[in-house]
Formats: sequence, C-alpha cells, structure tokens
Amino acid sequence: METVVQQIQGVPLNHYILFCSLIFTIGVVGVLIRRNVIIIMMSVELMLNSVNLLLAAFSAYSGDPSGQVFVFFIMALAAAEVAVGLAIIVMVYRNTRSVDINALNRLRG
Amino acid sequence: MIDLIWVIPLLPLIGFLVNGLGRNVLPKALVGIIGCGVVLAAFLVSCGVFGQVYALRQAGEPAAFTQPIFDWIRAGGLKVAFSFLVDPLSAVMLLIVTGIGFLIHVYSIGYMQHDKGFARFFAYLNLFIFFMLLLVLGSNYIVMFIGWEGVGLCSYLLIGFWFKNSAYAGAAKKAFVMNRIGDLGFLIAVFLIFSTFGTLEFAGIFPQAANMAMGDTTLLLITLLLFVAATGKSAQIPLFTWLPDAMAGPTPVSALIHAATMVTAGIYMIARSNILFTLSPITLQVVAAVGICTALLAAAIAITQNDIKKVLAYSTVSQLGYMFLGLGVGAFTGAFFHVITHAFFKALLFLGAGSVIHAMSDEQDMRSMGGLRKHLPVTYFTMLIGTVAIAGIPPLSGFFSKDEILAHAFAHSKGLWVLGFIGALFTAFYMFRMLFLTFFGSFRGSAEQKGHLHESPVTMTVPLVVLAILAVLGGLLNVPSALGGNHALANFLAPVFADSAAKAGTVHLDHTTEYVLMGVSALAALMMAFVAYRSYVVKGVVPAVDTAPRGWLSRLSYRKFYVDELYDALVVRPLNLLSVFLYRTVDRKALDGIVNGLGGAAGESGKGLRLLQSGNVGFYIFMMVIAVVALLAYGIVNG
Amino acid sequence: MSVFYFVAFLSIFFALMTIFAKSPVHSVLYLVITFFTFTVHYILLNAQFLAIVNFIVYMGAIMVLFLFVLMLLNLNKDTEPLKSNLVKVMGAIAGMCLLITLAGSFRILEIGGPDHMEPTEIGLVGNLGKVLFSEFLLPFEISSILLLTAMVGAVLLAKNDPKNA
Repeated sequence: METVVQQIQGVPLNHYILFCSLIFTIGVVGVLIRRNVIIIMMSVELMLNSVNLLLAAFSAYSGDPSGQVFVFFIMALAAAEVAVGLAIIVMVYRNTRSVDINALNRLRG
Repeated sequence: MIDLIWVIPLLPLIGFLVNGLGRNVLPKALVGIIGCGVVLAAFLVSCGVFGQVYALRQAGEPAAFTQPIFDWIRAGGLKVAFSFLVDPLSAVMLLIVTGIGFLIHVYSIGYMQHDKGFARFFAYLNLFIFFMLLLVLGSNYIVMFIGWEGVGLCSYLLIGFWFKNSAYAGAAKKAFVMNRIGDLGFLIAVFLIFSTFGTLEFAGIFPQAANMAMGDTTLLLITLLLFVAATGKSAQIPLFTWLPDAMAGPTPVSALIHAATMVTAGIYMIARSNILFTLSPITLQVVAAVGICTALLAAAIAITQNDIKKVLAYSTVSQLGYMFLGLGVGAFTGAFFHVITHAFFKALLFLGAGSVIHAMSDEQDMRSMGGLRKHLPVTYFTMLIGTVAIAGIPPLSGFFSKDEILAHAFAHSKGLWVLGFIGALFTAFYMFRMLFLTFFGSFRGSAEQKGHLHESPVTMTVPLVVLAILAVLGGLLNVPSALGGNHALANFLAPVFADSAAKAGTVHLDHTTEYVLMGVSALAALMMAFVAYRSYVVKGVVPAVDTAPRGWLSRLSYRKFYVDELYDALVVRPLNLLSVFLYRTVDRKALDGIVNGLGGAAGESGKGLRLLQSGNVGFYIFMMVIAVVALLAYGIVNG
Repeated sequence: MSVFYFVAFLSIFFALMTIFAKSPVHSVLYLVITFFTFTVHYILLNAQFLAIVNFIVYMGAIMVLFLFVLMLLNLNKDTEPLKSNLVKVMGAIAGMCLLITLAGSFRILEIGGPDHMEPTEIGLVGNLGKVLFSEFLLPFEISSILLLTAMVGAVLLAKNDPKNA
C-alpha cells in the first residue's frame, strides 16, 4: 500500500481538478444528447461521482476528513435518489409505454 | 385713516363672496344694497385717505406710505410682500375707481332689474372693483399684476355675462386672449426688473433707476415690454380689436370696465413707472407714435359705425390713444388728467347709451332711433353734456385735459400736434353725429318700440346727473396757468413725477402760443359740431343700410380697416392648422403610437417568450447548462 | 505517478463509451467499469473506506438496480429513441463550453493546490469512523431516516394500485 501511495505523491491537485471537470462535462453532455430517461439518470450518477472523487482528493491533500465524510453522505443520498427515480420511471413507463423524454411534454406552454 | 387702507379692497371682496354664494337665495333688493353698499363704504374710506394725503401735500410733504399686509413670497433672493402703497397717484385712482364704481353699481340696479343673473352680475362687479383696487394700491409689481390679471378675468366674466350666446362668449374669449398676450410682456418685464434691480417694490426700484443712464438698454427692453402689456390692457394697436367686441357685455360693464377703470390700468402702470420711461426716450417715441396712430385709426372707424355702443367703444380706443400720446410726449400729469376727465364723460356717455337702449327695448342701431329728445329728456341733456365734454369745447372738462396733452405735443413735435388736431376734429364730428342721429329728427323705429319709450328710473338717471356735474366741473382740477389757474392736480401729483421732471425738464410754452392753440382747437370742435348738425339734422341724412354700396374710403372705415380679418388670416388660421396637425399627427400617430406600441411590444414579446416553454425537459436542461456557462464566463471576464 | 494518468485515461474512455453506446445495456456495463476505475482512484488517494463503499454501493447496488429496470422494461438497441443530429451537436458544443469555462474559472481562482500529497491516514476506516461518529453524528442518523423515506417512497410509487389495475 505504501508504495502505491508514494507513487501518487507527485500528482498536483490541479490535475485532479481538471480530470474531475472532464468527467463532469461528459456527464453533462450525456444528459443533453440522450433521449432515454434511464441513460440520463446514469449520466447524472456519473456527474455525482466526479464530484465525489474531487471532494476526496481535496480532503486527502489538505488532511481534513470532513471531505470524505461528505462523500459518504453523498453516496447515501445518491442511492436514495436512484431508488426513487427509477420507481418514477417505472410508473411513467406504465402510463406512457415509452421512456422517451420528448414524450413527457405535458407542461408545454 | 391710512391704517385702514386694507379695508378698502376687503369690502368689495366681502360683497363678492356674499352675493356670489347667496346668489340663488338672497332677494334682489338685498343683493343691490350689499353690492352698492360695500362700494359706497369703500368710497367713503377712500375719501378719508385722500383727505389725509391732500392735507399732507398742502403741507408740502411727498405723502407716500407703504402699508404691509403680510409677507407673501420668500424664495431665495426673491422677497415679495403683499403691501399697499398710498401716494397722490393711487389716492386719486382710489377715488375714481370707488366713486364711479359706486355710481355704476347704483345704475346697474335699474338696468339689470329684469335679468335672471342679477346677483351674479353684482358679485362679478364687486370682484372687479376688488381687483382694480389691488391694481392701483399695490406697492410692488406683483400685487399690481394680481390686480392686472384679476381685472382681465372679471372682464372676461362680465363681457360673456350672457354666456348662452356663443357670439358673446367668443367676444369674451377674444378679450381674455388679447389681454393675455399683453400679460406675457408684463411678466417678462417683471423678470427683467427683478434681475436688474433685485427687488420688485416700487420704493426700491425707482430710486435705483433714477441713477441709471439715459437710454440704458435694459430699461429700454423693460419699458417696451411694459408698453406691450399696456397695449393689451388699454386697447392700443395692435391689441385693440377686443374692445369693440367687448360691447357684447351689458352696458354698465362697458361703462365701468371699458371706459373708466380697466382700460386706464395701462396708463396708470406707465404713470407709476414714469422714471423708467423717462430714461428710455425711444420707448416714449414708440408710445407716442402708437398712441396717435391708434387715436386716428379708431376715430376713422367711428365715423361710419351705426351701433351706438360701437361708436363709444371706438371713441374710447381713440381717447386712450390720446392718453398714450400724452405719456409719450412726457405729459404724465396731462395724460392722467385726461384719464380722470375721460372717466367722467365716457362713463356718462355709456350709461346714457344704456338708458337709450333700455328705452328702445334693447335696440342698439342708431338708424332706428331719432327724436328721442322728447321722450328721454334727462338722458338727452346729460348726453349732450358728455358729448360737448369729449369734443373738447370749453369750459367743460374735456377741453382742459385734451388741450394740455396737445400743448405738450406741440412743444415736442409740431407733426404730432397736427395729427392730434385732426383726431380731435374726427372726435367732435362722430360724437355729435351720434348725438344728432339718436336724439334729433323724427323717430325711425318700429311702432311697438315707440310705445315702449320711457325715461329711465331714478336709479339710472341720478348717476347720469352726478356724472354730468363732474364732467362739467372736472376741468377745474387742473386749470393751466395760462388761464389763470394754479394747476392743482399737477401740484398734487408732483412728487410722483418728480424724478422724471428732473431728468426731462419741464415744458414751457409761452402763454400766447397756448392761447392760440386753445382757440384753434375749440373753434375747430365747434365747427365740426356745426358740420354734423348740418348733415344729420338740417339735411336729415340717415346712414345707409349695411348692404348699400359705398365708396372705398367709407368701406374701409365701415369694415374697421379689415384688422380682424387680418388677424384671423395671420394668427388664428395658422394656429388652428397647427392645432389640427398636432392632434392628427403628433398626438394620434406619434404619442398614441408609442403608448400602444409599448403595449403591443409587451404582448408580442410575451408571445415570443411563451415558445420557450416547450415542455421539452431536454431543452430546459440545455438552457440550464447555457446559463451556468454564461455565469462562469461573466465571472471569468470580470475577474 | 503514471498509474494515476493511466487510470484517469481509462475513466475518461469508458465514460465516453457510456454516453455514446447505442444499446442501453452496453451503457450500463460501461458505467460499471467507469465506477471501477473510480474505485482505483480512491485507493490511490488512500481513501480505503470510500473505495470499498464505492465498490459495494455504486457498482454492486445502484448499477444492479439500473440493470434490473432495463430488464424489466425490456429495452434494447432497437427501441432506443434517437435525438436529431442538430441536438447532438448543440449538446457537444455546450459541453465543450462548460469545460472551457470551468477550466478558465479555476485558472482565475488560482487554486494553487499542493504539488504533492502528504501521506495521510485519514482515509482509513477507523479514523474516518471516529470523525463520522463524533462530529457528524447527527447527519449520520438523519441519513438513515432519509434512506427509510426513500425506501417507503419507492415502494409506494412502484406499487401496482389494485383499484386501477
């Protein structure tokens, strides 16, 4: 373990920031270009994960454990959110027989 | 008594309020008593004030008092107090306004007896007296201006008294608008005065002005503007056309406002500001020129008029022209003397005309009159006195005052005297023409009019008699030294015109010249009276009907030299076109277009923005991302 | 050091595969692999607890849940709705803009992070547990209530209503 950790010692924090921004952007693009509701939810999970990683990185680099505790809570929350979200998707599918997001436009003005 | 000066304007104001508010409940007798009583009370107090001033003048004091009533405006450097000035000039004007006002109020009781608006009439008359008193008593230009505007307002109210007739209402409007044009000149002059002298009080301005150079350009501007105001109020060229039209009002109104008091406000104002005018010789020349031109023009028109009141109206304009001529040649006392005598005989003539009209069942055309001597003896005799006075035949009052003006004109410039002399010839002619057409010959009216002919009631004839006595004796006020008098009025008013006299020097004509001038004018007046007699009594000439063909001179005179038509084409029509243009184009298209356009734009933008609500969640998320990007970009750009 | 870059490259590659895969099942599988790479990242940061939790909760529970729903709805490549090309391009551009602005803002903020990491023990289970149960006790308890609520909600939502069936 120590050698692995020693290996990581040379990575500047900025690289972590850039990397996580990239993953976040990929998640955003996924939300924008997919019409399947389930895929969109997965892209949201991807975004959450990128934030988790960044928080953990900050926490490790500054020696403050609150960051990792925060990540723990985010994970719990994400689990709850996925459960409820998928339940909603199942309901929608039951009513409209499709998971196309464009079909859900009843709020049209 | 001078402490009670504030009572004098207050009494007519109370009369106005009581009669105005109670016009539907008070009985006519009470209205008449209140209306005349307040003016009589004001007259008595004015007599007391005059007596005090006279005593002081006899003792050689300048006799000028300022009585402050309250502090009115305090704004930065502008301090205007509501205060009254009592000095010889205002004391004399007080007597005239309240005295003749009282006589006319008494006359109106009889004249307006059968009118439904009896109480309203008296209320307006009292209001007019109130404003006129403010005008003559004001100790600064602002209080004078309040009175100035107020008498214009009352003039409008009284000319258009029978407002249901749209022609009369139009005449009232015309008078008011022309007065307003003059008032603009007054206001601008007041602004200039304030910026030049720093104060608006007479007692502050005139001593300062006395130290200024002769021909100072600021003073020139101020006096020209003040003169514009005077032309509006006193019906001189170019703002005189309202006065003949103002005959639409009841005859007592014509007598009070348009003969004796309001139209003399212009002359009073110039007499009060005499030092400013003396230091602007160019303005004085303008004043004299306008005065003599107006006198001649109005006299030329009066020769062919057939309405008895119109003849008197043009006669008033002409006599006012003489007063301005007097002011222009520096005869301030002479002009003011003519104001006094003119008030006497012109009020007398108007009231007499009213009596005639009343007897003729409201007929005003002289071609339907004639031979009224037998039926209206008192009216005839008093109007004869008035006509002789205005023609300038000695020893009546008109002779003395007109002669003083003409003498000063002669000393100033021979040409002016010649023109004034011609005007006097016209005056004598048309006045006697009016007298002869009305009272001599045989009756030319209808039979039922003849049946109605009766002498007027006592309330109407007593003022006529009083005014006739004043017209006869008025000359004694200022008998020139050439005739052995001591020119009492000139001595009385000396402190008011002292600075001007110092600057301009007094005029001295040797007595021989004066006798010649007097004799010439008296003889000429008598001669013109005889010419009129020959024409209208001996030969029995009756003026032609309106449609008869006339020579071009006669037509020019009869059509009032087309001045009204000229104003209509030059001023009224372009203003109407401008108004229509502003309404159609600016108001409806532009302004409404902007307002409606804004509303329409709001609606259209709403319709457009509505399309954003597509119901498409993907689109919403896309917008969110764009927004975040925009926020971050803004943060980056602004550091 | 190169381990980090290699694993990072893998994460990015599989994340892109996730969003570009045509079949939803492939998408799910790629996402699982992406999460595995994230676990490796956590290990590199010596956040051992988080790594294990990530592995168990995300990969084991959440993605399995996604797969269950996919199977339930019987989605495959044929029934996948497609977006128009314009929308795809716009989405890609918006993403690029977001990345650029994010990077730009980080540059402006000058987050001069430390160049290297001190070896740290805070990610170990015991140490994290000490912090969790002392400072963050209340949020910890409340999150359990949250999970209970979510569970109730999900069950209620997905239940077949006997009256409407």
